[in-house]
Amino acid sequence: MSFLELRNVEARYGSVRALHGISLQVGDGELVAVLGANGAGKTTTLRAISGTVRRSGDVVFAGQKLSRRPEATARAGIAHVPEGRGTFGELSVWDNLRLGAHTRRDNLKQEAKRVFEFFPQLESRRDQQGGTLSGGEQQMLALGRAMMARPKLLLLDEPSLGLAPIVVTVIFEALERMKTDDGMSVLVVEQNAGLALEHAARAYVLEVGKVAVEGTSDELRANETVRRSYLGY
Amino acid sequence: MRLRLWLELAGFAVLAVVVAAVPRFVSDFRARELAIVGMYFIALLGLSILTGHSGQISLGHGAFMAIGGYTTAVLSVNGVYGHQIRDLWTIPIAGVIAGVAGLLVGLPALRLSGLYLALITFGIAVSFPQLPKKFDHFLGGTTGKILALPRPPFGLSTTTNNWMYYLTWGIALVLLLAAWSLVRGKTGRALKAIRDSEVAAASSGVSLAKYKTLAFGISAFYAGVAGSLYAIANAYVNPDVFPIILSVYLVVGLAVGGLDSLITLIAGAGLIYFLQNHADTVARWLNHLPALNLDPKQPGIPSLVFGAVLIVVMLLLPGGAGGLLRRLFGSLTGRR
Amino acid sequence: MLAAFTWTEFAQQLAAGIREGAIYAGLALAIVIIYRSTRVINFAQGEMATFTTFIAWSLMNHGLSFWTAFPIVLAVAFAGGVAIERIVIHPVANASVVTIVIVTLGLALLLNGLTSVIWGGESRQFKGPFSTRTIDVGGVPISVQDIGIVVVSIGLVALLALFFRYTKLGLALRAAAVNPESSRLVGIRVGWMLALGWGIAAVLGAVAGMMIAPVVFLDPNMMQTILLYAFAAAVLGGLDSPVGAVVGGILLGVTITMLGRYVGFIGSTLKLPAALVLIFVLLLVRPGGLFGRVAERRV
Repeated sequence: MSFLELRNVEARYGSVRALHGISLQVGDGELVAVLGANGAGKTTTLRAISGTVRRSGDVVFAGQKLSRRPEATARAGIAHVPEGRGTFGELSVWDNLRLGAHTRRDNLKQEAKRVFEFFPQLESRRDQQGGTLSGGEQQMLALGRAMMARPKLLLLDEPSLGLAPIVVTVIFEALERMKTDDGMSVLVVEQNAGLALEHAARAYVLEVGKVAVEGTSDELRANETVRRSYLGY
Repeated sequence: MRLRLWLELAGFAVLAVVVAAVPRFVSDFRARELAIVGMYFIALLGLSILTGHSGQISLGHGAFMAIGGYTTAVLSVNGVYGHQIRDLWTIPIAGVIAGVAGLLVGLPALRLSGLYLALITFGIAVSFPQLPKKFDHFLGGTTGKILALPRPPFGLSTTTNNWMYYLTWGIALVLLLAAWSLVRGKTGRALKAIRDSEVAAASSGVSLAKYKTLAFGISAFYAGVAGSLYAIANAYVNPDVFPIILSVYLVVGLAVGGLDSLITLIAGAGLIYFLQNHADTVARWLNHLPALNLDPKQPGIPSLVFGAVLIVVMLLLPGGAGGLLRRLFGSLTGRR
Repeated sequence: MLAAFTWTEFAQQLAAGIREGAIYAGLALAIVIIYRSTRVINFAQGEMATFTTFIAWSLMNHGLSFWTAFPIVLAVAFAGGVAIERIVIHPVANASVVTIVIVTLGLALLLNGLTSVIWGGESRQFKGPFSTRTIDVGGVPISVQDIGIVVVSIGLVALLALFFRYTKLGLALRAAAVNPESSRLVGIRVGWMLALGWGIAAVLGAVAGMMIAPVVFLDPNMMQTILLYAFAAAVLGGLDSPVGAVVGGILLGVTITMLGRYVGFIGSTLKLPAALVLIFVLLLVRPGGLFGRVAERRV
């Protein structure tokens, strides 16, 4: 039984339909990638799950139908790191992290320690305003914020965008650790298909709001046509 | 497109005819009331250019009216080098002086965003009544200054009130036309661009400084003319003639008439006048509702009704009467 | 221009200035809270405060003591603030600045009219919680009431600062104002945070009103000039800084009182315009006020 399942999900921005019936699954503790060209609907898929965009069609999470409102999906254990990172620019790094744990009632010290272990830069900039961090640090902050919630499912939108390769490595290493340590499932949207397929077990390739190709990473990498037409390499 | 132009001109012509004909059918006192509505209308036209079209909030336009009114008073009572100026000729002077004041406010206002501008202009409205008290020798202090009663020129045989009516509405129609052509033209487009997005407008080459201050100056000019007429009609000025609340009432009239409309501002002007001077009628209407037993002479009724109207209009009909009209006739003229 | 000077009088004027400033600070604090949590300038802040103070007066008129009526009024104020935000402000939350300003103006008019209609327009006495007797502080007579007002203002700020900085709810309130989208993603119910902000501000206003009324006499228009000074104080301190509101208030109060007493030209008639000019000039030089942070917008 899959942990997250989208059943024929549609989404629209005003009168423009962005998703034309997406069905996908993410297993327990699985890292799954969503690939495709610009405008294919990758970001919208994540938004449809977290409830940031209006959707029709069912999303089943941990056996339950998921609410359509972002506050409720957060409470259900889904953390969404959006495109652009969504940093609370005017608040301090520490406050940003505290906010990540908003839905939790227990002590934050443990979580915070873990986050600082993964990303020591954040600890040294604890009291700095979030918006003054560099791009890479803000991505770490965003991921750290998500970690504070100890989510069951992490939705990650374009984590490598605009980042130096070494920073990207750090980020993905952290992701792997979270997956193994906590059994967290990850659904990651990536432009960099090669990078995504290195870490993901399976992937879906979207085209114009629909799933065009799906399969395991090995299958997709082996398929030359898929690589050339959809993955660009 | 051309159909719309002809419809608007036709509407204007109808208005002009109605304006000319009305005094024949109403009492002398009514004519005076309508004259004052006309003055509010002029002020609202100016405010529409500023707030509706260029997006700059002013909660202090009563002050510009006061400048116009006091200019007229000083010129016709104290005169220039002892030479008293006839009330008629003071009107354009009052307008210009108020307009200059508007430019002077508009320049530093460039540095202030919407909310701060609202606060500063509100501050101006509240502080202004203090000035005549301070410079009481020149401006008459709390007692104010008394002007001569308005006389029709060239010995035209018409009553004082009818004369004020025609004078006011004559000026109003001219200023309406001027505002209309301004809004339709290049300036109007620049102002609307600024209102919708300053960043976009500036990067398209629209000079923010030039147009924003211009809007302030023009709208202040209009208010000054209105204030001048008001002083003439009243035949006296003192701080209570242009109270703090006047600036707020102007905003009410603008909102109800339609923030970026022109002709329908007459409705807004009418509302201001009606609520201020016929509050007892409103109270009596309200008393028809069950459980309400209001004393019609209670001082709070105009504010209460104004406030409620303002909220309801902004919530339900943000475009005011003008917006409603546009929605009704938009399909007729083939616009969107 | 400078009138005769004695140190005793100076100290008295200083004390009066601080007291005036504390009064502005109370209302300024409410303004800042609403601005911080909802990015709205509430022109109805003064009228809301006046209305709740009248409720207090009615309660005391019916035999309740000040301190019995106090929590009741605060509860009513809180509920009122929340209701106003949900019913009147929320529908226009995404509209233009002009629309929102007009709505709060309408609210101010409505409340002002309602106050007049319910309680009538005459001034009346309001018996505050502090006695009006004066005590001697180093040769300068200062009233207990004035001290009480200053202490309450500072106490409120301290409480608020602690609330915003150290509590989860305070953080959520700040977050909702700064980035509503991301706030939803971490599970914050943004709509209710905004309502909470208004509720808190209404409570602050109620306290300010009940502090002011014993000094200036209670009537429907009590808060109008004070509101302007409060805006000035809020702007001076930086619209999103609660500490700034109090510091700004006291600074403004002292400056205006001193100018009014020692600069003959200004006297008592031009105090208000003087305040305005000061703020205007300050805004030109430092758009964020003393403690505020301004987002630079480069064109």
